[in-house]
Amino acid sequence: MLIEMLIDLTLACGVVLLSCLSLSAQRVFTAIVLYVSLGLLTTMIWARLNAWDVAIAEAAIGAGLTGALLLVAWRRLCDETAAQPEA
Amino acid sequence: MTQDLLYNATGIALFGIGVFGAIVAAHIIRKLIALNIMGIGVFMVLLATARHGEITDPVPHAMVLTGIVVAVAGTALCLWLTLRIRLLDDVNEGDPQR
Amino acid sequence: MFTKLEFRKREANRRELPPFAVYALGFVVIVLSVALMFSVVVSGKAAPKLAGLAAEKLEASGVENPVTAVLLNFRSYDTLLEIAVLLIVAIAVLPARSSNAAGVAHFCSADKQDVLNPVLAALLRWLVPLAILVGGYLLWTGAYSPGGAFQAGAVIAGAGVALSLAGRHEFLWHTTAARIVINLGLFVFIAVALSNALLTGTTLQYPVDYAGMLILVVEIAATVSIAAILLLLFTELKAMVDAPREGRQ
Repeated sequence: MLIEMLIDLTLACGVVLLSCLSLSAQRVFTAIVLYVSLGLLTTMIWARLNAWDVAIAEAAIGAGLTGALLLVAWRRLCDETAAQPEA
Repeated sequence: MTQDLLYNATGIALFGIGVFGAIVAAHIIRKLIALNIMGIGVFMVLLATARHGEITDPVPHAMVLTGIVVAVAGTALCLWLTLRIRLLDDVNEGDPQR
Repeated sequence: MFTKLEFRKREANRRELPPFAVYALGFVVIVLSVALMFSVVVSGKAAPKLAGLAAEKLEASGVENPVTAVLLNFRSYDTLLEIAVLLIVAIAVLPARSSNAAGVAHFCSADKQDVLNPVLAALLRWLVPLAILVGGYLLWTGAYSPGGAFQAGAVIAGAGVALSLAGRHEFLWHTTAARIVINLGLFVFIAVALSNALLTGTTLQYPVDYAGMLILVVEIAATVSIAAILLLLFTELKAMVDAPREGRQ
């Protein structure tokens, strides 16, 4: 019982911490990577809440696809290394 | 009961962080991440309310599943529009007549 | 070069909020969050009315997983509208290229000239079929245990994303096959609802005997469409990112 509560507490603190870190990250790339890891941590919370269906969907969509979409857009919007050869 | 309460509180905290981030952030990708974090907060509150001791209410689960898919579609559409505007800006600025 | 610099400059002096506004906003958000938490503690729990109802009627739904039962039987109009929303997004993003070559081109075509890194090629050879297999498994198992159309669609779309990122395969969304695949989910869903309405008088209330089969049909169509639309969103974003750069070189 105590261990379960400890797990819940760790997950909750981790999620809040990661969201703060993700939004305050210096570089956009760091923000995206932190958001993806936030998605994976959330997956574990869904599992703790007995929501296995949602956990599978979150792992595939929330962490996977959203991260891929954001990273692809990042390449165009603020990737300095890719833009340099043209400048 | 304490578990539900903990995750309810966490969900609300995430929602608050998301609102703050969505307004303060300047970059569009940061704004989108903040909006997605708001979404995660809402989902967490819904799923935490779905727990009734041993019984789990499947209706909020179905709503959250729908929500996740719609959220990713919205994110993609927003990114697409941003890139499209950026592309048109690029073309206009590269145009010597302007 | 000049355009790029212009771009940088404009991005540099982006609009920032003044500090006092940020602090005020933070204060408001914290007060709001605390009030919300307080309201959750005070109001307590609602009675689990729907949970009992769903568990009671589960036998009549044709599936054993309560979430799938809710998604595709009890509240199937929810899912129907969701697929419609996805289709609208897909139509918005769909490339406006001419469909002259529609008869010749295939939906997924590989550029044979392009030589892949052997490790990447071997990985893809295993990963893509495996992901499709896992998608099929998730779809089938959705009737009994966690899984279902959304998860399966997402996993299959992930396989497509991997293919697209490897750079050898191209998905042509203006082909007829692609259009059919994108629309399949919504149209099968509507067709099932309409035929149901003609036969039994209610649109989305499946007869108990056929419910399982009807749900499976709708789920397969929905999986195909969801996978295609999610993949379309990704590939179109990627095309938008790649296009101007390639054009300039």
